[in-house]
This record gives sequence, C-alpha cells and structure tokens, in this order.
Amino acid sequence: MTQDDIARLAAERPDFAAIAAWIPKGASVLDLGCGDGSLLRYLKETRAVRGYGVEINDLDIVSCIANGVNVIQNDLESGLSDFEDGSFDFVILSQTLQATRHTEPLIREMLRVGREGIVSFPNFGYWKNRLNVLRGNMPVSRELPYQWYDTPNVHLCTLHDFEMFCDRHRVAILERRVMTGEREVGLLPNLLGSTAVYRFQRGL
Amino acid sequence: MNASNSIGIVSAQRATFDTPLVFRSGAVLPRYELVYETYGKLNTGKSNAILICHALSGHHHVAGYYADDPNNIGWWDNMIGPGKPVDTDKFFVIGLNNLGGCHGSTGPSSINPETGQPYGSSFPVITVEDWLESQARLADLLGIRQFAAVIGGSLGGMQALQWSLTFPERVRHVLAIAAAPHLTAQNIAFNDVARSAILGDPDFHGGNFYQHKVVPTRGLRLARMLGHITYLSDDVMADKFGRELRDGKFNYSYGIEFEIESYLRYQGDKFASYFDANTYLLMTKALDYFDPAHEFGGDLNRAFAAAKADFLVISFTTDWRFSPERAREIVRPLLHNRRSVSYAEITSTHGHDSFLMEHPHYFDVVRAYLDNVAGEFAA
Repeated sequence: MTQDDIARLAAERPDFAAIAAWIPKGASVLDLGCGDGSLLRYLKETRAVRGYGVEINDLDIVSCIANGVNVIQNDLESGLSDFEDGSFDFVILSQTLQATRHTEPLIREMLRVGREGIVSFPNFGYWKNRLNVLRGNMPVSRELPYQWYDTPNVHLCTLHDFEMFCDRHRVAILERRVMTGEREVGLLPNLLGSTAVYRFQRGL
Repeated sequence: MNASNSIGIVSAQRATFDTPLVFRSGAVLPRYELVYETYGKLNTGKSNAILICHALSGHHHVAGYYADDPNNIGWWDNMIGPGKPVDTDKFFVIGLNNLGGCHGSTGPSSINPETGQPYGSSFPVITVEDWLESQARLADLLGIRQFAAVIGGSLGGMQALQWSLTFPERVRHVLAIAAAPHLTAQNIAFNDVARSAILGDPDFHGGNFYQHKVVPTRGLRLARMLGHITYLSDDVMADKFGRELRDGKFNYSYGIEFEIESYLRYQGDKFASYFDANTYLLMTKALDYFDPAHEFGGDLNRAFAAAKADFLVISFTTDWRFSPERAREIVRPLLHNRRSVSYAEITSTHGHDSFLMEHPHYFDVVRAYLDNVAGEFAA
C-alpha cells in the first residue's frame, strides 16, 4: 500500500483515521464485518497491527486475501466462538452495527473477545437525515447509500440511541468522535454529525 | 485437453534413498525409491518450491500429461499449470507418490531386494510423520531448504499441516484444503469397514496375494464403493442419479437396477483394476493415526505452538467427510497461537470431492493467496 493509497482511504473513510488514532502501534485487532479488508490493511500500514477480519461475503474473502489481510469466513450473527476470551486488544465493528440483527449479543461478544470495542456507524439523527424524514422520505446519502427496500441496514440509530443502549447494557463509553465528512463535529453532535465512532469497554 | 493452459508434456522421475528410514512404528526400511514429477523452474534462491501432497488414492502425476499417453492427465491439472491458481510460471511445483503407494514409489507391491518377493504384509505400517521424513529427504535431494508452500487436500491437507509442525522452518505457507486435525470415530469406522472388506477377501492371503497371482478385487471394490459414498454429498447423488432406473422399471432382482448402483460398481471395478489393496490399507491407517494433538494430551493448541508458517484453510459446505466444522478445528488452534491464517468456506455441491473440482471462487481464493506468496520472493 502506497502513501497515496493510505491518503485515499483516509479521505474515503474518515472513520478509519479516527479508529487508527485510538490504536497503539502493534496492537491486536479483530475487525468484524471487515469487507475487503481495507481497514485492517490501513491499520497494518499505519499502526502495524496484528489481526484478523471476519467476513461472510465470498467476494470480500478473495479481496481480503489479495489485500494480504487474514480473514476468517463466518457469520458474525452466529457469535465469535472461534475466538478466545480477551484474545484481542480491540474488536472493531466499522459501519456494520446498523446491519447486524442481534446487536446486543454481538456487543457482548465483542467485549468477551476484546479488551475494548470500537464501533462506527452512520448517525440517523444527522440533520439531513431528519430533514429527509420530515419531507416524508427515508434518507439516501453517502453514509446511507441504500434505498429502503434494498438495504442491509436493519438497526439504524442515533448517537442518543447508542449511548442509551450502552447505558442499559453496562457498556462503558471511553471516547467518542463525531464527524461530518472529514470534519470533526463538537457542537450538537447528534444533529450535526453524520458519522459516529465510539471506543468502549465493559462497564461495572 | 486445452493445451493453452496445460503444463503440457511431463515425465516422472525417480529418486533412490539409501539412508534407512525408521518408521514411527519402529520398523526400518533400509532403502527406498520415490517417484515424483516437477513443473516450472526452481529459482536461483530455491525459494519458489511448492510441494503437493496427495490424498488416499493420489500419486505423483499431478499436472500435465505424458507424451506416450496424452489422455493420462494429472489429477489436479485444473489447479496447477501456467496461469492457473498454482502458477507454474511462478512456482516450482513437486508432486510425488508417497512411500507405501502403488504408483512407482516403494510400497507393498514393490520387490523387497532382501527376499526377491513383493513386500506385501511385511511393508511397515506408515504414518503421516513417516511420509514427511521421506518427503523432506526428497526436498534435500532437490536442494530445497524451505518450501514456499505445502499444499494438499484431504489426507494431503493433513500432510501439509504436519509439515508446519514437524519442519516448522522448512515451510512458509500451508494450504490445508478439505482437511481435519484428526479423524472422528465415524471417519475411523468407515475406514475400518473398508479394511474389513479387503482383509476378509479370500484372495487377500494375509497381504501376500502377489505370490498367489490373485488380487483381492472384491474387497478393494467394496472399500472403494464405500469410500465413494462418503466423498459425494447427498445432494450431488440425488442430482446425478436420484432414483433413476437403468431399465426404467423394477426387475425384482439383485442385479444393477438403480443408476447409483451402476455408478458405484463401475467406480469400484475401475479402482480395483489398478489400485493395490495393501496400499489402500496403509493409507487408511495413516489417516486413522493422524492426530498432531496425540502427543499433547489431545490439546491442539499446544500441538500447533510449534508452527511458524502462515495458513490458508479451506472447506466445502457439502463435505460431510471433513465438514467445515472440522476445518474450524484447525483454524482455532492457529488463532490461539496467533498464526497468520485465513479461512474460506466454499459453497459447493460436490461434497468431499469438491477440492478436486474446478470452482471459480475456490480457485480465486487459492490464486489470491498464492499471488501474495509469489510476491514474497519476486520482490
């Protein structure tokens, strides 16, 4: 991967840089729903991580292997039984949370297998999404590129929703970054941010 | 034959080893021969060699065809050749007939120079580890210190796995396809029925049938028929044969009526006409004994601690002989030991035999993996 590739990835996926910023060099990482392995490749290049991806899609398996990324073909929804307790520093769910059916057990599994969890997801509370709904339509955007009838997203949520979920399920949020494009959002994040990234661990 | 992507004409070579081989069982073979074929060119650094390990009935003729027998195409020719997933333009590929085999390497049907008679029942019971020792000596002979990859399906996959444990420094990548970390009781049971068929054939003569100028065809045929059932999936059998009747009606007899019967008997007869019964017995025993965890109190995690290679593990959805669940028993200890490993579960209807079939996605997975392996020494 050249410097140009890294820069291109960072521009296409602003959550990548946010995630990388939290990961110390040489950490062990499990990337759930890793797609073509771009994030792991990015983290390998920028953070020298050691890790694996989990993916179910056949074409993505080939892409991961071609990307030089370790990938285990499996359905996330059936659990992470191949992975031992506490075997990773970080378990990442990047832009996948909204497409998982059994969200609660999956978050629990993430925190069984990893010391910390990281999720990124499109914020449904972003003002443009709200505006779309106000106008009477489901939003279709860069972050939410699917038509309502043809989408993998079954559990869309807002920042507030996710934080309430964590509170109720004893998940302790350690850090949050909210972005619109590459720009960091500080003010009114649930309204002005299009993408959210959270770092969390098991709560007491 | 598509000549454009075949390695083309190949020929078998023969190597003689005069250093005695001590088997796991304690038996000693003072001298033996291995037949092998090679495809592609060994690079100057001798870093591009791939060893192909064969399964129960396989041999050294893995790719290409013979000048005097153009229809005799290697058993994995779809996988191996110029521009194929195992690309002979990049790799130097070695196929051999395992010790104890019946395709030219020293085995039960070979003449024991000490007696002038075929080894027969006196040929030592062999294990995967014994094979590895003999394979390593072939590698020494060819000047190969370390394989870029060892690849195998089924029993061949088990050998590939064992390479990473017995010779961790001598293999950089292991491709274990349609394999398992050991046989289950059910697997062993199938093997035992197959062996019983051979051992109980009156023409077997305790393994020394060569002197009686007979072959235990009936036993071997039954063994193969049983094996074949386990290599196919229920789906593929239903698809291919269903309840088709040869005569279109019931004959109320014990002759061949259903197409599946015809197919199985044909496969059994064909196999019994060329395969050695003693080799069949040896191969099934090697399968039964294979268990890297055996010396570690059944703990595969500890067994795989020795491995230094990177791994690609592949299974097939309809393989019930070595199911995807069994492949994941290989993956887990590799994860435990933090090895580089990728695992692909290929959707295929062909059961255990899938590993021999041309399948675009399966081939893409192998190709993508080996392209990166080639990148390691091309740079």
